[in-house]
Amino acid sequence: MQFRHKIAGGDFAKAGNVASSLKKVLRQLNIDHTVSKRIVIALYEGEVNVVAHAYSGVIEVEIDEEKVKINITDKGPGIIDIEKAMKEGYSTATSQVREMGFGAGMGLSNMKKNSDLMKISSVPGEGTIVELLNYIRPDAR
Amino acid sequence: MQDKNQNRDFHHALNVHNDLCIGCTHCMSVCPTQAIRIRNGKAIISANRCVDCGECYKACPVSAIDVEQDDLEMIFRFPVRVILIPSVLIGQFPRKIMATSIYSALKEIGFTHIYEVENTVDMVLEANRKYMLEKKERPLISSYCPAIIRLIQVKYPSLVDNIMKVNPPIDMSAMYYREKLKSSGIPEEQIGLFYATPCAAKIAAIKSPVGEIESAVTGVINMNFLYNRILKYLQRKYTETEPPQTDDLLSSKGILWSLTRGELVHSNGRALAIDGIKNVNEFLDNIENEKFDKIDFLELRACDESCAGGILISGNRFLTVERLKNRAAEYRAREDDQSRKPAEGFLSVNEHGFLGNIGARPIGKLDEDISTALKKMERKRRLMCYLPGFDCAACGAPDCQTLAEDVVQGDAHISNCIFLQQQMTKQNLLSQEQAMRITGSIWGKERLEKNCNKLGAEDENN
Repeated sequence: MQFRHKIAGGDFAKAGNVASSLKKVLRQLNIDHTVSKRIVIALYEGEVNVVAHAYSGVIEVEIDEEKVKINITDKGPGIIDIEKAMKEGYSTATSQVREMGFGAGMGLSNMKKNSDLMKISSVPGEGTIVELLNYIRPDAR
Repeated sequence: MQDKNQNRDFHHALNVHNDLCIGCTHCMSVCPTQAIRIRNGKAIISANRCVDCGECYKACPVSAIDVEQDDLEMIFRFPVRVILIPSVLIGQFPRKIMATSIYSALKEIGFTHIYEVENTVDMVLEANRKYMLEKKERPLISSYCPAIIRLIQVKYPSLVDNIMKVNPPIDMSAMYYREKLKSSGIPEEQIGLFYATPCAAKIAAIKSPVGEIESAVTGVINMNFLYNRILKYLQRKYTETEPPQTDDLLSSKGILWSLTRGELVHSNGRALAIDGIKNVNEFLDNIENEKFDKIDFLELRACDESCAGGILISGNRFLTVERLKNRAAEYRAREDDQSRKPAEGFLSVNEHGFLGNIGARPIGKLDEDISTALKKMERKRRLMCYLPGFDCAACGAPDCQTLAEDVVQGDAHISNCIFLQQQMTKQNLLSQEQAMRITGSIWGKERLEKNCNKLGAEDENN
């Protein structure tokens, strides 16, 4: 089953809506809340990243009996040094974004922590693709 | 209806009075857990989904929602008849009616001992502080409001561990006074402890407690019923008899406890107070996504203006808050540093202050088995392509998505939707008679007949 959501860059009021709607879906599918909690947190961080840094983005969620796969594709400045960006506390967020309570430099590391598999690829000046994968049964990791 | 795999033994204090219900959808639209459907022209409440918040009671235009209570005559089975009154009971009356007059009226009604529920808030506070030190979960959510506990159990299962497992003032006081009276030599079976409740959720909490085995409260009397009785006694001149048994443990802290921010002002760290079940819903959605972090304590109350806005409160909630604030200020002026504390020895906070486990009982899962649930969800999403999506509720479900879920669960039919019914009759998939029969099964057979006996019609008061 697939879900597709468009996100607009800079629209902080709506940041988190996709994560909220996925949370409801996972609950209806009777997915254990310790599993769905991680997925929702990882997605929320990814959603905020697009809103905070990119111009626009698309989130695709694919759910089957074993796993939840999330692809977050954005058009934006991209990430120049991915390794550096993965470090906790490293942030390129503007001071305005930080004032709103975002951009603490925890996004990517939080996404890694809350996913079973995470892949990042980016072309500076064009955009970023983040792939997240979580297994539905906690012991399947 | 739904959630067939869960047990149905949840006690609820809210029941639909079928003779009065006109099947009008008002209750169904306001229910925060989509617990209501209309069938055969009557509202039905799902026991698994209902959290006893009372939104339906407030929305009902014909007073068809009953709040159950114990018969007042029941108190006379006990030689010692204790009434535990929350501070909002007194708050409802105009300022010129003294608390002592209300006490006397309660004695006339038949109670021998009158204690305010909030007399033991210092013990609750002590338990809260211990709990905060011991547990690392944040934010911790107050266990004060039973509708909120139930809302978290059914709608926010991942947050059940954040509920502070501390006995709220009503349970603390019931246990405290039971022990106190027993230690004065009264046999336990002679003691009847009754609670004047401002809401339905507290009744449900006493009749089927969460996190404890049995409540120390014997019975529940609804506050609106008691309010009318008290007014009757106050209007009548009666000879002053001996004052009832009471004690002087009430503090300004206790008077304000049941109001919004009443608990919050005593908490450590970053704390927020939110009242109104819609506001709470919205906030908990964000908490569950960890959108807001670094919050230590949440005081969440289902009613607007907390217990002053309880569904069984007769007075205006804003005036009730005003009177209680004035009353608290009077108490504060008299209080010295040594605040009155419940006497040690009757009840140990360590032993009786805490609740047992509070389990999640999530609603809304389409199936236990994930592959079946996935199939049902795919079907639901397909159905949504055809449903109009403006949530008119004419199908007997609160919104299009809920109808689609009911359909995949086998609890409703797609032709319950009046718009799809039109389409189907046009395409000869459904006859006029069939369509009428479906409408009848949702709204009752007499629904479409002329009836002037309704609000705004010619004979509205008959």
